[in-house]
Amino acid sequence: MKALHKFLTKNIEPHFSEGGKLNKIWPVYDGLATFLFVPGHATHKGAHVRDAIDLKRTMIMVVFAMIPALLFGMFNVGHQHYLATGETVEFMDKFLYGALKVLPIVVVSYATGLGVEFLFCIIKKHSIHEGFLVSGMLIPLTVPADIPLWMVAVATIFAVVIGKEVFGGTGMNILNVALVARAFLFFAYPTYMSGDMWVAMDNRNGSEIVKEGLVDGYTGATNLAQAADPAFTGTFKNVAGVPYNDSFIDSFIGLIPGSIGETSTLAILLGGLFLIITGIGSWRIMLSIFAGAFAMGTVFNLVGGDNPFMNMPAHYHLVIGGLAFGAVFMATDPVTAAQTNLGKIIYGLGIGIFCVLIRVVNPAYPEGMMLAILFFNVMAPLIDYYVVQGNIKSRVKRLKLASNGTK
Amino acid sequence: MSNVIRIRKGLDIKLKGEAEKITVSPDNVSTVLVSPLDFHGSTPKLSVNVGDSVKAGSPLFFDKARPSVQFTSPVSGEVIEVNRGEKRKLLSIRILADKQTEYVDFGIADPQALSREEIIERITKSGVWPAIKMRPFDVLANPADSPKCIVVSAFDSAPLAPDLDFVVHGCGNEFQTGLNALAKLAPVVHLNVHAGKTKSDVFLKAKNVQINTFDGPHPSGNVGVQIHHLSPINKGEVVWTMHPQDVVILGRLFTEGRYNATKVIALTGSEIVKRRYVKVISGAPVKNIIDGNTTPNIELRIIGGNVLTGNHLHEEDHIGYYDNHITVIPEGKEPEFFGWLLPGLKKLSINRSFFSWLTPGKQYSLDTSQHGEDRAFVVSGEYEKVFPMKIYPIYLLKSILANDIEQMESLGIYEVAPEDFALCEFVCTSKINSQEIVRNGLDLVMQEMM
Repeated sequence: MKALHKFLTKNIEPHFSEGGKLNKIWPVYDGLATFLFVPGHATHKGAHVRDAIDLKRTMIMVVFAMIPALLFGMFNVGHQHYLATGETVEFMDKFLYGALKVLPIVVVSYATGLGVEFLFCIIKKHSIHEGFLVSGMLIPLTVPADIPLWMVAVATIFAVVIGKEVFGGTGMNILNVALVARAFLFFAYPTYMSGDMWVAMDNRNGSEIVKEGLVDGYTGATNLAQAADPAFTGTFKNVAGVPYNDSFIDSFIGLIPGSIGETSTLAILLGGLFLIITGIGSWRIMLSIFAGAFAMGTVFNLVGGDNPFMNMPAHYHLVIGGLAFGAVFMATDPVTAAQTNLGKIIYGLGIGIFCVLIRVVNPAYPEGMMLAILFFNVMAPLIDYYVVQGNIKSRVKRLKLASNGTK
Repeated sequence: MSNVIRIRKGLDIKLKGEAEKITVSPDNVSTVLVSPLDFHGSTPKLSVNVGDSVKAGSPLFFDKARPSVQFTSPVSGEVIEVNRGEKRKLLSIRILADKQTEYVDFGIADPQALSREEIIERITKSGVWPAIKMRPFDVLANPADSPKCIVVSAFDSAPLAPDLDFVVHGCGNEFQTGLNALAKLAPVVHLNVHAGKTKSDVFLKAKNVQINTFDGPHPSGNVGVQIHHLSPINKGEVVWTMHPQDVVILGRLFTEGRYNATKVIALTGSEIVKRRYVKVISGAPVKNIIDGNTTPNIELRIIGGNVLTGNHLHEEDHIGYYDNHITVIPEGKEPEFFGWLLPGLKKLSINRSFFSWLTPGKQYSLDTSQHGEDRAFVVSGEYEKVFPMKIYPIYLLKSILANDIEQMESLGIYEVAPEDFALCEFVCTSKINSQEIVRNGLDLVMQEMM
């Protein structure tokens, strides 16, 4: 590897360094070179030794944590497709079908997002930061498998520019970048983020599935949509219109229609466990979101009402829709979440409560998680402000006590 | 002894290269160097010229703001060089040492029989005063202040730090005399011992002081952390601190009647061949001490102090006034292929994303690699794991970066020193140099107050 490093620094670097022809796109070289080699920077100030972690490592760990959800998502895309067409195929066929649907979205998301990032680095003349490594994977996992690729590209560009770069880049954004992309799609192309979109089909007319060749009783409705339906009876049906053996367990495992990565609570929790063990994701946020959602669901159960959604058992809320995905991967984004430990718990509880509130009370938005997180992204600095004020007040109080004592 | 104060947050960085408990005395030094740069925040005025002959305890320069505080020569001999930098800033004074040290005689005395003023006069005159530091600001103390207490930490919890039990071994009388002198300067002197590590009776049976027991990982030995748990500093309050080794030197000022700046420093680090304790005089050349005792043929980082807070020294430098410890570790300038992806069995991190967390007892020989590039604050909750104070470290750092003095005050800047942020700096994913930020913040507040 020394030879490769030598080759890079001797033969390639000069073109990009000052005076070289390609100096203007130095961040591109720098980005790639630091991707290959962690630079051999020695400490020059302060502590002489440092922890081995860096932002690249942190970000890549989050990407690793998403792999179970991604792989399961690929399989489930195929599974739902063949369930809808009524064909019986092997495991690998389902997986391959899904992979062919999902991988292009991942590629488009990374390519456009990194492209925009590089462009901004060149304009602003700073080295590329790693934030998009995670956002680039989050975006594909939160969209339906059949979304047109150009929409992914537009949403990604919008999210990176308006969601992040205008604030100053990685670490400075107020809203979670991937959620900005999803919110953009949700509001700009609502038909593509609802209704029939959740099952991948080859024959589409815009966002509508051409229903020839589908099983009788086909329904593309997600569990969330079913729960919001006034006719909801308490059991979910799969895309073929057949009720699940056990609505809770099936939803937990994730063989249900939905966005690519959000369906399997199990796969998401695996990722969440990985994040908690490595110490990268905040368990405070994850746990308090689940707790908040469960509490709010229980409150609705107790209150009851005409709305069948209110009577859906509270624990169902935890496994349907994007709650688990949002709790583990979206809300825990350290830049946009609350930053104090107490603040994180309040922030998590708030997201959980609001998510269920939006789901149940507002029929226009069956998916409350996205809006709940975005809302609390905005509220997070306020939560932290009050937590820090508490610390400041205790200091003022101590000063008063001390000055009284000396009198 | 009262209750144990348990410090739960923190981190013991387990490094290879602890010093063996053997004390050696190298050859007599030929030259010593005294540098005003050791004393942050003081403005030196020179009181000697090249060619003057001095004794151990003769003034070399004094602080312009507090003229009574003298900085004196640790040896007797001839001033052979006065180095100045830009704008004639005084950098250092070099003294050619006599074979046999002659001392200025301050007279043997019992501090308990002297008044506070007499003690202060003796300490400031002799050159021992700068060893007393003050909080807030972590600079040398002002003799005009009346501190609410004096804090001496009897253990050093930093990586590879000298075992202070061993350092003060055989100096019990001097140490106690030093404490007696300190007891005259403030209403109470706190001597803080470690529940497990402190065993020496010099500390445990010390009189005239309040002994507090601490337990837990680094930074439990930092005086800042101890003060925070004993009696946090409010705005307008002053606490003085002193290192046990300096308390011994202070004691000698009374038992021997002279400024005897001989100290025992620990020679540690993975790249030192014979790791032991060395008896040296303050200001002695580093070369004398480590020559021929380091791993040959690799680039080394010599650190005056521990790996977290020490100064970067070079072979031609001299032991600083506050140095009780030298660490030598390898420089780390090798780029690492896909370093962010490898399992990292040999890498130390509080973050369990490296598999090294499976071997918690392992000792590491860390190099000076920064392991990554500078970034903005991204990760949260990281500093809090190693920062055992009721202070929000990132908020305080951000208020400093914004030069917002009012906010710094309300977030607790008076309670911290750069060293308290050393572990935050160690664990930081974004490689933010928080010690430097805190130093700048303290300087700014200090400037505003004067």
